[in-house]
Amino acid sequence: MISINNLHASVEGKEILRGLNLEVKPGEVHAIMGPNGSGKSTLASVLAGREDYEVTQGTVSFNGKDLLDLSPEDRAREGLFLAFQYPVEIPGVSNINFLKTAINAIREYKGEGPMEAKDFLALVKEKQKLVELDGKLAGRSVNEGFSGGEKKRNEIFQMAMLEPKLAILDETDSGLDIDALRIVANGVNKLRSPERSFIVVTHYQRLLDYIVPDVVHVLWNGRIVKSGPKELALELEEKGYDWIKAEANTVEA
Amino acid sequence: MAAEQNPILEEHIASDYKYGFVSDIDTEFAPLGLNEDIVRFISDKKNEPEWMLEYRLKAYRYWLTLEEPKHWAHLDYPKIDFQAISYYAAPKKKATVGSLDEVDPELLKTFEKLGISLEEQKRLVGVESKIAVDAVIDSVSVKTTFKEVLAEKGIIFCSFSEAVQDHPELVRQYMGSVVPYTDNYYAALNSAVFSDGSFCYIPKGVRCPMELSTYFRINSAGTGQFERTLIIADEGAYVSYLEGCTAPQRDENQLHAAVVEIIAQRDGEVKYSTVQNWYPGDKEGKGGIYNFVTKRGICIGANSKISWTQVETGSAITWKYPSVILKGDNSVGEFYSVAVTNNMQQADTGTKMIHLGRNTRSTIISKGISAGFSNNSYRGLVRIAKGAKNARNFSQCDSLLMGDKCGAHTFPYIEINDKTGIVEHEATTSKIGEDQIFYCNQRGIDTEKAIGLIVNGYCREVLNQLPMEFAVEAQKLLSVSLEGSVG
Ligand SMILES: Nc1ncnc2c1ncn2[C@@H]1O[C@H](COP(=O)(O)OP(=O)(O)O)[C@@H](O)[C@H]1O
Ligand SMILES: [Mg+2]
Repeated sequence: MISINNLHASVEGKEILRGLNLEVKPGEVHAIMGPNGSGKSTLASVLAGREDYEVTQGTVSFNGKDLLDLSPEDRAREGLFLAFQYPVEIPGVSNINFLKTAINAIREYKGEGPMEAKDFLALVKEKQKLVELDGKLAGRSVNEGFSGGEKKRNEIFQMAMLEPKLAILDETDSGLDIDALRIVANGVNKLRSPERSFIVVTHYQRLLDYIVPDVVHVLWNGRIVKSGPKELALELEEKGYDWIKAEANTVEA
Repeated sequence: MAAEQNPILEEHIASDYKYGFVSDIDTEFAPLGLNEDIVRFISDKKNEPEWMLEYRLKAYRYWLTLEEPKHWAHLDYPKIDFQAISYYAAPKKKATVGSLDEVDPELLKTFEKLGISLEEQKRLVGVESKIAVDAVIDSVSVKTTFKEVLAEKGIIFCSFSEAVQDHPELVRQYMGSVVPYTDNYYAALNSAVFSDGSFCYIPKGVRCPMELSTYFRINSAGTGQFERTLIIADEGAYVSYLEGCTAPQRDENQLHAAVVEIIAQRDGEVKYSTVQNWYPGDKEGKGGIYNFVTKRGICIGANSKISWTQVETGSAITWKYPSVILKGDNSVGEFYSVAVTNNMQQADTGTKMIHLGRNTRSTIISKGISAGFSNNSYRGLVRIAKGAKNARNFSQCDSLLMGDKCGAHTFPYIEINDKTGIVEHEATTSKIGEDQIFYCNQRGIDTEKAIGLIVNGYCREVLNQLPMEFAVEAQKLLSVSLEGSVG
């Protein structure tokens, strides 16, 4: 699915990612954990193609294509989806209109015609159920006046609508109460399939009780410093990150 | 926002204005320049009665006493040579025609290219969506559709010239009653040399069954367009009126100085919508229309309502303040505006709401969008006269900036002379967010489409006021006008 090799990236001249390697196979769910400021959101932004982030070294191959060579919109059209840590508000643009524009842009890229209105509405209905999203939210402006939890759920709704190959969830669980967390996790689980992969960025192991990962990675200082089975998340919850930092420093030294 | 332009977007700019073509129509011109003989020439061409000529001459003589206004608006342009303009240009074939067979086919083609059908049956999509059109090219109206259907209800919809001939009593009663020729420099000029425009009269108690619209097209070079529109809703009458306009792409600047007057009698309502898309000039600011327009309505009777909705995307320079005089008690004035400026365009636009009657209410929603090196100003006046008890105004003026080379300015003037008046004013300035664009990109939407979406969302309150057919057109236009504005 995606293969990241020795990725270095800077923002405003400051190197944030410093030789990151990661390989995710189709159908796998990888969790990325790590202390605040370790570079998790930066990784997500670099993969999605945000222009403030400059890749200085390394390669990323996405289903055989050179991801770094594609524009942000083409990455999306190739099936990469990012659920933002801080979803953006677009006043006056209804969620529905936004999604219709997105779906049709993706279809156009694949050489398909625009989706029929009735098919689109049926899809909206089906996916709304998946994330237990209130029908009214879908009609409202994109994220405008949504609560934190509603915004996160809306991200998962959009993901469900766009049916990506690889979804990166950037702290989708933070700010969610336990019910919302369950709903979001259920939504993700229903979308799990042998062809679809997930990178789940999180601080808390509680999300991983619901979305059970195949691998857990620890990102620190711009590098993946430890990987392990899902039990690693529990260990981190218990012991914090200091022992990993110490381990990593020893390796580096 | 990245400072350098995206090369792909760059390509689009050259082909932005799709109405820039010139039609080869056999045209008769007045000699260049302006003097009393020219005024007489125009009046004579139109076979006008003596009173009309007198009115023109009075206006002309008054205009001579005025100085070209330059300093108060936030605009910058060279002095206009009023002697270098031809004040009359008309397609040579018979000016107004009964049947389409008599219209120059080249003319029909022109309007077809503009997406305006003059064939009535073509527009019969359904009774509800019928639109009657008055098509004005250069100085004359070439065709008004659905006249007969409307006449059955007593509605008069015709060219201004015809109204002068056929309904002189209405024209004499109302013309100049809202915008006297003494109003300002361009109103005086227009009153002297106006050539054509639309006239509508909706009789007592009649709800006009279709949208009425006028389509203005400047075709000839070296001319100006000076049209006049007069709309009257008699007691309890209602009409929705639309105006659209385009002009060919030329290196020279062309002057458009129109006057629009609206009268709403007791319980009458007029909804006036414009999509102004005059040629804006090229990227360097060469060419384009100077759009100096006086638009004003008066709610004469109690409970009457006048509503202006404008989407301004064209013209090199726009100078325009559609206004409402709220004379009747409980009358309502509304102004909804989107003004977009890109490249070197300049716009100074807004409204005046003059509250004279009791319990009068006005709403102003203005959305300015500036891109490129353009300048966009909102200028508005809300005046509550002494004795206008319980008058209320709400104004919201938002500016959206794209890039850092453009300017947005807000000049709200408020005069409250009655203690019971309430005026609320809100203003915001924002930049189109890189975050918003990236968010759209991440969903597969390219930057150009993203800007279109974001801008249309920003203007939604105003676009919602437009009739359906117009709203779709306006949305497309907004996106096109901003092409290449973000790299
Ligand atoms: N746009 C930016 N400009 C400057 N510094 C940034 C920017 N984005 C991230 N950083 C810095 O990069 C580091 C990693 O941030 P981030 O990727 O957000 O971490 P995480 O998501 O793991 O908490 C932090 O030190 C942060 O301050
Ligand atoms: Mg983060």
